[in-house]
Amino acid sequence: MAYKIKETTCTGCSACQNECPNNAIVEKNFLFSIDPTKCTECVGFFDEPQCVAICPIPRTINPNPDVPRFQAAV
Amino acid sequence: MDSGNLKVVSLLRVMRPAGQGSGSGCGSKGGDGKSGCGSSAGQGDLSPTVWEKVKNHPCYSEEAHHHYARMHAAVAPACNVQCNFCNRKYDCSNESRPGVVSERLLPEQAAKKVLAVASTIPQMTVLGIAGPGDPLANPEKTFRTFELVANFVPDIKLCLSTNGLMLPDHVDRIAALNIDHVTITINMIDPNVGAKIYPWVFYNHKRYTGVEASRILSERQLLGLEMLTARGILCKVNSVMIPGINDQHLVAVNKAVKSRGAFLHNIMPLISAPEHGTFFGLNGQRGPTAQELKLLQDSCEGEMNMMRHCRQCRADAVGLLGEDRSAEFTTEKVMAMEVTYDLASRQAYQEKVEVKRQAVVAARNAELATLAGERSDISILIAVATKGGGRINEHFGHAREFQIYEVSTAGSKFVGHRRVDNYCQGGYAEEDSLETVVRAINDCQAVFVARIGGCPREGLKSAGIEPVDRFALEYIEQSAIAYFKEYLARVRTGELMHKLRGDADIRQGALIA
Repeated sequence: MAYKIKETTCTGCSACQNECPNNAIVEKNFLFSIDPTKCTECVGFFDEPQCVAICPIPRTINPNPDVPRFQAAV
Repeated sequence: MDSGNLKVVSLLRVMRPAGQGSGSGCGSKGGDGKSGCGSSAGQGDLSPTVWEKVKNHPCYSEEAHHHYARMHAAVAPACNVQCNFCNRKYDCSNESRPGVVSERLLPEQAAKKVLAVASTIPQMTVLGIAGPGDPLANPEKTFRTFELVANFVPDIKLCLSTNGLMLPDHVDRIAALNIDHVTITINMIDPNVGAKIYPWVFYNHKRYTGVEASRILSERQLLGLEMLTARGILCKVNSVMIPGINDQHLVAVNKAVKSRGAFLHNIMPLISAPEHGTFFGLNGQRGPTAQELKLLQDSCEGEMNMMRHCRQCRADAVGLLGEDRSAEFTTEKVMAMEVTYDLASRQAYQEKVEVKRQAVVAARNAELATLAGERSDISILIAVATKGGGRINEHFGHAREFQIYEVSTAGSKFVGHRRVDNYCQGGYAEEDSLETVVRAINDCQAVFVARIGGCPREGLKSAGIEPVDRFALEYIEQSAIAYFKEYLARVRTGELMHKLRGDADIRQGALIA
């Protein structure tokens, strides 16, 4: 299930992009989005998803319901 | 060669080398008005080394702020601390407060902007990176900007303002880049107080909340402060005064930062208009009144130098403190500018400013000498309409802020400034606007202006504030002392009864610039 950025509340501060261990967060014309093929929900890197932990606006980065939960490769 | 260097080359193409500029470079004017520059007066109890470093820095020297300009480059949008007085949601051009910008810049754009501003405003001496997030939560963008500016505009002083959370990790880089001024915002040293100010911090890949968040923040801030002062880097501490939360506690903060080597403490009033949407604003937390702020600043002053001229400006402000010329330097305009960086003409201009600044100080001291021998317990506040340069050179109706001076037989002292709605503009009835001004300077006995209309003159008088235009275009402090002498004489002859004035509002509503 990767994470997803809600464009309507995102301020474009780029804090999430600085923290993402997978370089999954891309910016286009000041709009930020998470590449679901790269997002690992920070599994294997950190205890909590970094983008969610640093985002200043509550409920702006949420689980992406369209993508199945990330499975770490065994 | 990395892509950063390629950009440097393209920047170089738009610039001509220093010294080959087209003439004066002083053609533009930055609102400097007509006045003077620095001798050792204004030094207070600063050491000569420190004074040498700060004397032309508008954010560190009250005297310099009349004459020298600064700019902020908004290259650092990300933040790692949530503060209850900050809301990152709105970047509105009608707001003036830290954390707000209209545009974000890449380091290369910022360097070009610095170059453009330095060439247009020769008294611009300082580049600060202050956000709109935290510079050290964006270390690559911040330090890249400083590197570029140090290469291309070598006479600009570099400084940064941080919440301090990541400061200990970057002290060596700060020292290596010759960043000689750092401001740390420290609002508490007690994590229990901090828990009411900071809902969370992001540190070591984890979000911390509650008292633990503030414990980490406070430890990192004080460690960073110690490390900087150990390296001889000047540190100013900013504190936001939040009545009922940290107002009393800031006296302890003042002692703690002084003992760790901070050279200047800037206690600022909380800005908490509900329309800003901050936690404090939405929850009815008020800011301090003018008297409350001054009392706290006065009580800390015995301990160390207090700064009172902070305008709490935007993270993309350009110009003298209290003015904002950022609209002249949008990215679009800057990129289209043909820029000539002319170090020699900048220096020549600044030398002229220096002469004017000396004249202000000399005039003040000469006037002060005539007060020698006078003894009185009376002290008064005077509001001044000024465009800069240390002179009374603004029309009452055009003033967007008033500078407040305290005068006693001990001399004159700048003690603050008050924002007001632009009296001549705005959709309000004239009486309402005058009321706003009166609320802002209600603690003052007089207001010095270059000119004033008949209507507001009468309105001020009936509010008990004497409008004074006979010092038009004269030096502020010299005039304040002269006025005070007359004031004492009038009290002595019984012509005037000295009365304590009431309190005043520091800032009313959300204002531009």
